Amino acid sequence: MIATAAARGVTTGGAVPAGPARRPGGAVLLRRLLLPLLVIALLIAAWDVAIRVLAIPAYVIPAPAAVGQALVKERARLLENAVPTILESLGGFALGNLVAIAGAIAFVHNKTLERALYPVAVAVRTLPIVAIAPIFVLMLGNSYAPKIAIAALITFFPTLVNMVEGLESADPQALELMHVLSASKTETFRYVRWPSSLPYLFSAMRIASTSSVLGALVAEWIGTNKGLGYLIVLTTYDFRTALLYAAMVVTSAIALAFFFLVSVLEWLLVRWER
Amino acid sequence: MVFGTAGGPVPALGDVTLDVARGEFAALIGPSGCGKSTLLRLIADVLQPTGGTIEVRGGPPMRARLAREFGFVFQHAGLLPWRDALANVSLPLEVGAWGRRHVSPHRPDALLELVGLKGFAHAFPRQLSGGMQQRVSIARALVTGPSILLMDEPFGALDEITRDHLNQELLRIWAATGTTIIFVTHSIPEAVYLSNRVFVFAPRPGRVTEEVRIDLPSPRDPAVKDTPEFGRYTAALRRALAASE
Repeated sequence: MIATAAARGVTTGGAVPAGPARRPGGAVLLRRLLLPLLVIALLIAAWDVAIRVLAIPAYVIPAPAAVGQALVKERARLLENAVPTILESLGGFALGNLVAIAGAIAFVHNKTLERALYPVAVAVRTLPIVAIAPIFVLMLGNSYAPKIAIAALITFFPTLVNMVEGLESADPQALELMHVLSASKTETFRYVRWPSSLPYLFSAMRIASTSSVLGALVAEWIGTNKGLGYLIVLTTYDFRTALLYAAMVVTSAIALAFFFLVSVLEWLLVRWER
Repeated sequence: MVFGTAGGPVPALGDVTLDVARGEFAALIGPSGCGKSTLLRLIADVLQPTGGTIEVRGGPPMRARLAREFGFVFQHAGLLPWRDALANVSLPLEVGAWGRRHVSPHRPDALLELVGLKGFAHAFPRQLSGGMQQRVSIARALVTGPSILLMDEPFGALDEITRDHLNQELLRIWAATGTTIIFVTHSIPEAVYLSNRVFVFAPRPGRVTEEVRIDLPSPRDPAVKDTPEFGRYTAALRRALAASE
C-alpha cells in the first residue's frame, strides 16, 4: 500500500517538470525525422544480414536489394495499379467523412436520432470488413463503387465518434454566451460548436487517412484485376515476393502521404491549438 | 425558482425582492450554492423562473435580452480560442438579430483600449493571462453599449494582486460608461470596495437576508480599505453572512 503510494508520488513528481512540448522548428523537425530514418535503415540492414545468415530462400523473403530492383524495374506496373487504389481511398475517405460529419451534426441536434442510430453504427462497426467486402462486390459490381464503399465504411466510424464528442466539447460558458447574445442555432453551430470540433475531427481524419487505404486494398482482393490489393494477392500466389514487397512499400507510401496531407491541413486550419 | 434534480426538486431560490436603480453598482454576496448565480441567470434570461416576476428596465428579461439591454461577464472569460482579442470583442456585433440590425455605439478597438489592452488586439486567448482574458470579456460585454452589466464572480479565479488591479479598472470603466452593474462575488472586501449596495444571500432556499448601503466616498481609492469605516462595513457583512448560515 505504502509502496504503491510512493511509486505514484515518484511518477507524478517526474512528470510535472517535463512541461509543455516545445514547438518543432526547422532544425528540431530534421532531428525528429533523422532518428526514425536511422532506425529504418538499421532494420533494413538487419533484414539483409538475417537473410544471408539464415539462408532464407528468395520466394519466402526477398532481399532488400531485390525489392529495390522491383520498385525500379516494375515502376510502370506499380504506378498503373496505384492509381485505382489512390482514387478509391480518396473517394472512400471523402464519402465516409462527409457522411460521418453529417451524422454527427444530426445527432447533436436531435437526441432521439442519436439514441436510435448510434447503437446501429456501433453494430455495423463490429462486422468484419473482410467479410463485408465480397457482399459489397456482389451488390455493387466490379467498378470503383464497392471499393469506395468499403473504404468509406472503414473511415466512417472513428470520424462519427470523434465528431459527436467534438461538437459536444464546446465550452458551456461559450454556449451560454451565445444564448445571452440571442444567437440562432445556426450561428451557435458556426461560431462555437464547429470550430470546437475541428481538433477532434482532425485526429479522426488522421486515423481515417491510413485506414481508407487499407479498406480499398481489402476490397481489391476480390472481383477485380487492377489495384495494389489485386497486385498483392496475385504476386503472393505466384511467389513473386520481390514485387509483392514492392507493392507493400508503395501502399505504405500512399498511406503515409495521406497522413501527411491531413496533418498539413490540420496545421493550417487549427492554428489556435498550437 | 425550483431545480429538478435526481433527488427530487430543489428550490434554488425562494422569494427574492431586489431593486437596483439605474447607474447603481450592486453586489450580491453569499456562500456557494445560495442561488446568487441562479438569480443572475434569471435576470439574463438564461434560466426561466418557475414563479414570480423579474423586470429588467420595465419589461420581461427576454425582451431585455433581445434588445441587448445587458452584457454578461462570466466567471471564466469564455473567450473563443480561435478568435483574437479584437474578434472576440466584436462577436456580439456579428451574431443575433440585434447584431445584424444595429451599429455598435463603440468601436471594438476603442473598448480594448478602455480595458487597458491597447496593442493586444491580435493576440489569441491562449497568449493572454487570466486577468487579460477577463478584460477582453468585459470589453466584449460592453461592445453593444448595454445599460446593465451582469457579472458572475468575474475575478473569482484570479490571484489577489490581479484582482485588486481589475477592481480598480472596473470602477474606472463603471465611471466612464455609467452602466448599472450587478456583481456576484464571494469576497466581502471586494463587495464593500466596489459597490453602492450589498445584498447578502442565504442558502436553501436562496433569499436576501440583509441589504447594506455602502456610503464610502466616491470615486473610491485603494486607501479607503485601511479606514475604520471600511472595516466596520466588512465586519457588519461578515456578521450578516454568519447569521444567514
